[in-house]
Amino acid sequence: MKRIYSPLAEKSIKSLKVGDEVSLSGVIYTARDLAHQELSDAVRHNRKLPICLRDQVIYYCGPTPRQKDRVIGSCGPTTSSRMDDFTLDLLKVGLKGMIGKGPRSPQVRAAIKKYKAVYFLAIGGCGALLSTRVKKARVVAYKKFGPEAIYRLEVEDFPLIVGIDSAGRDIYKRKAG
Amino acid sequence: MRKIHARQITSIISELCIEANTNLRSDVKRALRLSLAREDNPRARGILQMLLDNAACARKFKLAICQDTGLPCVFVKLGQEVLIVGGDFLKAINKGVEEGYRKGYLRNSITAHPLKRKTTPGFSPAVVTVEIVKGAHLELAVLPKGFGCENKSALRMFKPSEGPEKIKDFIIREVKLAGSEACPPFIVGVGIGATSDRAASLAKEALLRPLKRKNSDKIVAKLEKELLNKINRLGIGPMGLGGKTTCLGVNVLTAPTHIAGLPVAINISCHALRSASRRI
Repeated sequence: MKRIYSPLAEKSIKSLKVGDEVSLSGVIYTARDLAHQELSDAVRHNRKLPICLRDQVIYYCGPTPRQKDRVIGSCGPTTSSRMDDFTLDLLKVGLKGMIGKGPRSPQVRAAIKKYKAVYFLAIGGCGALLSTRVKKARVVAYKKFGPEAIYRLEVEDFPLIVGIDSAGRDIYKRKAG
Repeated sequence: MRKIHARQITSIISELCIEANTNLRSDVKRALRLSLAREDNPRARGILQMLLDNAACARKFKLAICQDTGLPCVFVKLGQEVLIVGGDFLKAINKGVEEGYRKGYLRNSITAHPLKRKTTPGFSPAVVTVEIVKGAHLELAVLPKGFGCENKSALRMFKPSEGPEKIKDFIIREVKLAGSEACPPFIVGVGIGATSDRAASLAKEALLRPLKRKNSDKIVAKLEKELLNKINRLGIGPMGLGGKTTCLGVNVLTAPTHIAGLPVAINISCHALRSASRRI
């Protein structure tokens, strides 16, 4: 199990190989369908983004509401391919990591290689367990979208698998090939 | 006539929503444990163990098993000798859904208009299926359906002559297409017969049947077994990362259909197949 920290340093991205099991600590931002539409629209129209994405990691996740004595509700990954059409825009402005579940489009895979980024898999349907690895959480943008708002999360030892590494190697393609 | 108060329906639905979302069905847990015992791919084993740990964690902290607490599907069997008093039946159900989802800290995932969107989502309305049955009882089942897997639903209208082999090919193809995105290992619901819409509804209803219960219809039981074995030979595995655990069970429901048709619908559930029911 490799330990890595977010925001991601170039060196640590390069050290990751497809299939590696990693444990991530640091800051990550949630964003799913609606937030992606908004962020991508802002990039395309040269508007200021509500968060700076340089070297950051986005987690495709819409958590359940928080119970009073907990940091966050259940918070597992959602299907990544729904974000594919918006991902290039975010990589262009410095996004370095994505966490989700399932395969990505060939375009996204190529862009991950081009921008030297990385795509991680989290285990789908493990939201309760994953919530225990979140130490702080607060909404930082698009509050009105409810679960689709952008949350800033501080995570500790968040368990992930490298799905596509910075050389463009894809865990799903490798398996099929 | 036996009178049942709308308030009672609200409170039962509320409890069922929380129970379904926080306590993984015992038949699903059992199937996961059996799969773990049989699985020899190390990564698949690790993931299956995590799924069991997740279910225990959800139960312990009364947390949602999955953050996608689904679109609540409510199946009602209403005895014809029951009279609902004290309020509107559908409203009572939706009120129960809202109450349960709020109390249980479950996610508001329902967008009021499918095209408008961009508003704060709500908890309801549920999709309610009512069947009038004999007797003086009321049976309520809540199945919160996550959309990672619901998005992989499919329907095909076969020719009557095509039969089981073609149906199997269709199901296998759809399961392959669902792949890792629908969170395998799956539970596959299949509806065969009736009309296109009814077949789709049957496919979802099939997910309510406990996994270990064998189908009483011999032809259908054989089809279920063959499909299960075939799907598990696809090698998709937990999270689509390989292994022999791709499917925990196949449940098929059939209904009489027209001489000119053979509708077949598939409704895939992720490994977090959640439902809870009560009879009063």
